[in-house]
Amino acid sequence: MTEQTTNILIVGVGGQGVILASELLSEAAMQAGFDVKKSEVHGMSQRGGVVSSHVRFGKKVYSPLIPAGTADVVLAFEAAEGLRWAGQVSEDGLLVVNNQRIIPTIAHTKDYDYPEDPIGEARKIVKRTLALDGLDIANRVGSPKLVNTVLLGAISGELPIPGEIWEAVIRRRVPRGTEEMNLQAFKEGADANKAEIEKQSSLKV
Amino acid sequence: MVKIKKLPEIKEPTRTLLSGNEAIALGAREMGVYFASAYPGTPSTEILETFARLPGVKAQWSTNEKVAFETGIGAALAGARTMVCMKHVGVNVAMDPLMTFAYTGTVAGFLLVSADDPEMHSSQNEQDNRNLARFAKIPMFEPSDSREAHDFTKIALEVSERFATPVMLRITTRISHAKGIVELEPWPTPEVTGFKHDIERFVMVPQFARKRHHEVELRLKRLMRYSEESSLNRVEPGKGPVGIVTGGIAYQHVREVLPDAPLFKIGISNPLPVEAIRAFAATVERLIVVEELDPFYEEQMHAAGIPCEGKRYFPIEGELNPDIVAEGLREAGALNGQAPEIHPVGVEVLPRPPVLCPGCAHRSVFTALKKMKAEVFGDIGCYTLGALQPLSALHTCICMGASVGMASGVQQVEGSKRPVVAIIGDSTFLHGGITGLLDAVYNKAPVTIIILDNRATAMTGGQQHPGTGYTLQGEETFAVDYIKLSKALGVKHAFPTDPYDYGETLKTLKRAVSIPEPTVVVTTRPCVLYPVKLEPEPYRVLLDICNGCGACIRIGCPAVILIEETTDKGLHKVTIDPDTCTGCRLCLQVCPVDAIEPVGEIEEADKSEAEC
Repeated sequence: MTEQTTNILIVGVGGQGVILASELLSEAAMQAGFDVKKSEVHGMSQRGGVVSSHVRFGKKVYSPLIPAGTADVVLAFEAAEGLRWAGQVSEDGLLVVNNQRIIPTIAHTKDYDYPEDPIGEARKIVKRTLALDGLDIANRVGSPKLVNTVLLGAISGELPIPGEIWEAVIRRRVPRGTEEMNLQAFKEGADANKAEIEKQSSLKV
Repeated sequence: MVKIKKLPEIKEPTRTLLSGNEAIALGAREMGVYFASAYPGTPSTEILETFARLPGVKAQWSTNEKVAFETGIGAALAGARTMVCMKHVGVNVAMDPLMTFAYTGTVAGFLLVSADDPEMHSSQNEQDNRNLARFAKIPMFEPSDSREAHDFTKIALEVSERFATPVMLRITTRISHAKGIVELEPWPTPEVTGFKHDIERFVMVPQFARKRHHEVELRLKRLMRYSEESSLNRVEPGKGPVGIVTGGIAYQHVREVLPDAPLFKIGISNPLPVEAIRAFAATVERLIVVEELDPFYEEQMHAAGIPCEGKRYFPIEGELNPDIVAEGLREAGALNGQAPEIHPVGVEVLPRPPVLCPGCAHRSVFTALKKMKAEVFGDIGCYTLGALQPLSALHTCICMGASVGMASGVQQVEGSKRPVVAIIGDSTFLHGGITGLLDAVYNKAPVTIIILDNRATAMTGGQQHPGTGYTLQGEETFAVDYIKLSKALGVKHAFPTDPYDYGETLKTLKRAVSIPEPTVVVTTRPCVLYPVKLEPEPYRVLLDICNGCGACIRIGCPAVILIEETTDKGLHKVTIDPDTCTGCRLCLQVCPVDAIEPVGEIEEADKSEAEC
């Protein structure tokens, strides 16, 4: 077992399923034998605010908060949130951004604008930035509600958690009757990420 | 009945991932706690929500924290182990019984959980309630993660019974809402020994209270010995000349940054084990105190003559995190090359301030009050968001129930030429507004009190209250009638209105403020999130009619969105998000050119055209 703590920051907008995704990840990390801590703030976030959930696992975890700039993976459920948190990704870490835009009411005032190309800007900060159409994949598998399982699948290749543990946790935690759909969504997310990684590395060549 | 899903009984030791709040509820159950009461408040709410789902216990939402605490006293004096839970500002409401219950002491174990909110994630202040345990002269336990939240709950209840005193478990948002691994144990059957009267102990008239105060001081001395010897206050030996004194969540951040430093970890912070800390101080060259919010340990250590440094390097405001702790330790010269400095790239992205939900019934009330140019005295709840742009129609927020008294006070000094109204949610009115309303009637203050009745304690997650007709554990019960209650308190003019009918709401409010007497307006519509989230029932904008006037944008609904397309005059037109619009029709009612129509109607019209 690795001595280092693995830091995963999951971010998005209230109501997107960030907290459920971090629950599944924490549960899977515990089942894989790690010490786990997870932290987020409930409350106002439900009313359209930013949600960020810190998940940390390893041999022994102290603080429930990820030190600044040390996230191994930032998983963003929303494009501008991917940019907001891009600076938290560690030097060789990964940013996975769901290519969905949720434009807050405040963008209708003259003081604020929604960024024009959030993912492009994020790429300038994080070398390993992967964009995914999570909603498209979820809809293709069967329901827009599957976005969070798709996105978890997309980061699963980065994590020291075996596939069979993921499968057991998903089966136990998702609503009854949606197990197969969720497992399919998880697999599609993982595949989409692999394809994206291959595309990126071929671009480099 | 509302069906409450019970949690499975723990029959053998189990390892599981729990939030601090869940861990406290289960720890209390393992100690045979039978009764628990609370008023919901972030970050404490989930303790009672979890406890209420455990088999074999009684749990209730009380109308406010004072009543929750007093009900708890009754249960504990009757010999049932008891837990009462509240957020930090809730303890202010419960201070009156707390201060004197410390004198009588308890019979069965009595645990007060104070959930503080450093950083004010969802609160109006960030008071440090460690000061209150010291003020009340009761023992206080400070866990630093879920595992300790569970374990300290049990030890605190033991201490409560052993010393016959109420105890405080003091947690913070990052304990309440963070999850960690907890070891659970099987449950005993709770017992209730029955109330036995003891006049000299339980009747706090001066001659008896003087004796009890003496007992409190003796008890504190005994508790001090306990705290000095307890393994919850422990030395963790380490390397280096600098020793750290810390407790609560700060301990975890320190250990993240300095895994090997010699450290004194505080678990029982009242009475503070100053002699044990003094002995630790003798083993290091320098002593640094790391604690969140007030210099609670530091000041007591200074008073005891233990040289130390603390708030010189660490902020009093806001919550700590590993970065702030590292920065303070670096400044103190205590880092010794550990924790490399990382400067993450700062990115400026537009903020996402919380907003009233699409379809929220409060929106039309604020729209009307803005039109009336009213002076609006606000209260604690979702509707406090009415202060934010573009509504900007709420002008004060202090504490639960303050709206009513404050509006009355302004009227008593004839302090405004505008209509003066108090706006208060249903649960908040029942918590702290009723006495204010009676006061307004008694003192003839010409105020209008608007009760926003959305049938839930919405801000904290839709909990039941005495106006909903259900208890915490799902049983049917009496539901208060706000109009009848107002009349019983002497209000002559109390008007119900449907906030989804904007015209009627505006008319009713105008009428209410025109009467030079205390008046009440009750706006009734269920919350869009609780008990069940409303399904979208979208409306849409007819773009050829929209004149870009912005009336619908000014209601501040997240489902109404400006688009690129402009009118001849260069004004942006709008669209409605079909996925989040609930069909409340407020935008339609404020639209001066009838440019908004239900999507369904149009589709049906299309269909019937096709059929023709």
